[in-house]
Amino acid sequence: MWLLVIFCLLLGLFIGFQIPVFLPVVYSKYMSIAILAALDSVFGGIRAYMEDVFDNVVFVSGFFVNILLAAGLAYLGDRLGVELYLAAVVAFGVRIFQNLAIIRRYLLKKW
Amino acid sequence: MKKESIMSIALICVVLGFMLAVQFKTTAANPKTLSMERVQDMVEQLDTVTQKNEELADEVVSLRQKLAQAGDYSQAMEALGQELKRVNMLSGLEPVKGPGLIVTLTDSTQPLQPGENPNLYTVHDEDILKVVNELRAGGAEAIAVNEQRLIATSEIRCAGPTVLVNTNRIAPPFVIKAIGNPETLEASLRMRGGHLEILDYWGVKSQLKKVEMMELPAYKGALKFQFAEPVNSNEKAE
Repeated sequence: MWLLVIFCLLLGLFIGFQIPVFLPVVYSKYMSIAILAALDSVFGGIRAYMEDVFDNVVFVSGFFVNILLAAGLAYLGDRLGVELYLAAVVAFGVRIFQNLAIIRRYLLKKW
Repeated sequence: MKKESIMSIALICVVLGFMLAVQFKTTAANPKTLSMERVQDMVEQLDTVTQKNEELADEVVSLRQKLAQAGDYSQAMEALGQELKRVNMLSGLEPVKGPGLIVTLTDSTQPLQPGENPNLYTVHDEDILKVVNELRAGGAEAIAVNEQRLIATSEIRCAGPTVLVNTNRIAPPFVIKAIGNPETLEASLRMRGGHLEILDYWGVKSQLKKVEMMELPAYKGALKFQFAEPVNSNEKAE
């Protein structure tokens, strides 16, 4: 089961490296925030799956909306001269670690 | 249900992986682009040095020719005449013509707000000086301000409501003519953060006109040397 997830991740990485898509350096900051949001969503989804409260619509919509919101907020912060992306980094960072901790406990319980 | 959830997580992971890969590539490419700049820099430096080298080689050839000509009296006179012409052109004693740029600076027509300093909205000696400096940096070979040719001892300074150039009073609009590559001259003036941009902020109107051919007058004043005298090349200056 989990092998499928890892395989898909590798597939995505492979596609990304093969397709000649380049991001202008200016936008790489927003992209990094978006990736943080995406990571957060994926770990949140795995955690929900383990807690048996997984909802497909919530997960998929959360993934895309979070990405757009995070990048958009970072962009807005840049326009306003406030380092809003730091807030996103902290918020998503904390949530990623929380989700990882919960996932770890479930895994420990399982075995 | 469970299967479906795993599927959607897996599909999202494809997207995540794609984003990660793009970001990795971008981050990895950064130092590369930096080194590319470095390479370009080095290439440019090499170009300049090579060009200088060629120029020096040409100079060696022409100096050798001059040395050979010096033996012959009439040829020596001709060479001296050419040299004199060149020096006169450089010093502004000879009218010159060529392509160039005409810069016109006019005082601001913005209505003055009460309490504002009118000095901010007029063209000053400093503005002309900065434009002239920028033109020189852009490779101008001869410059005249309101038909006053600028020579080595020319001053551009404030004199009440007018500006003094070559001890002549000139008044706005100030027309600065510079002979040189029109494109380069214009580019050097229009540079971001350049002086024209600052003038524009205060509403001072600047007009640039590229011309194929124009004439600059010679310096009309007298040349006097009261203190300076040439040092003989075989005599050492103390």
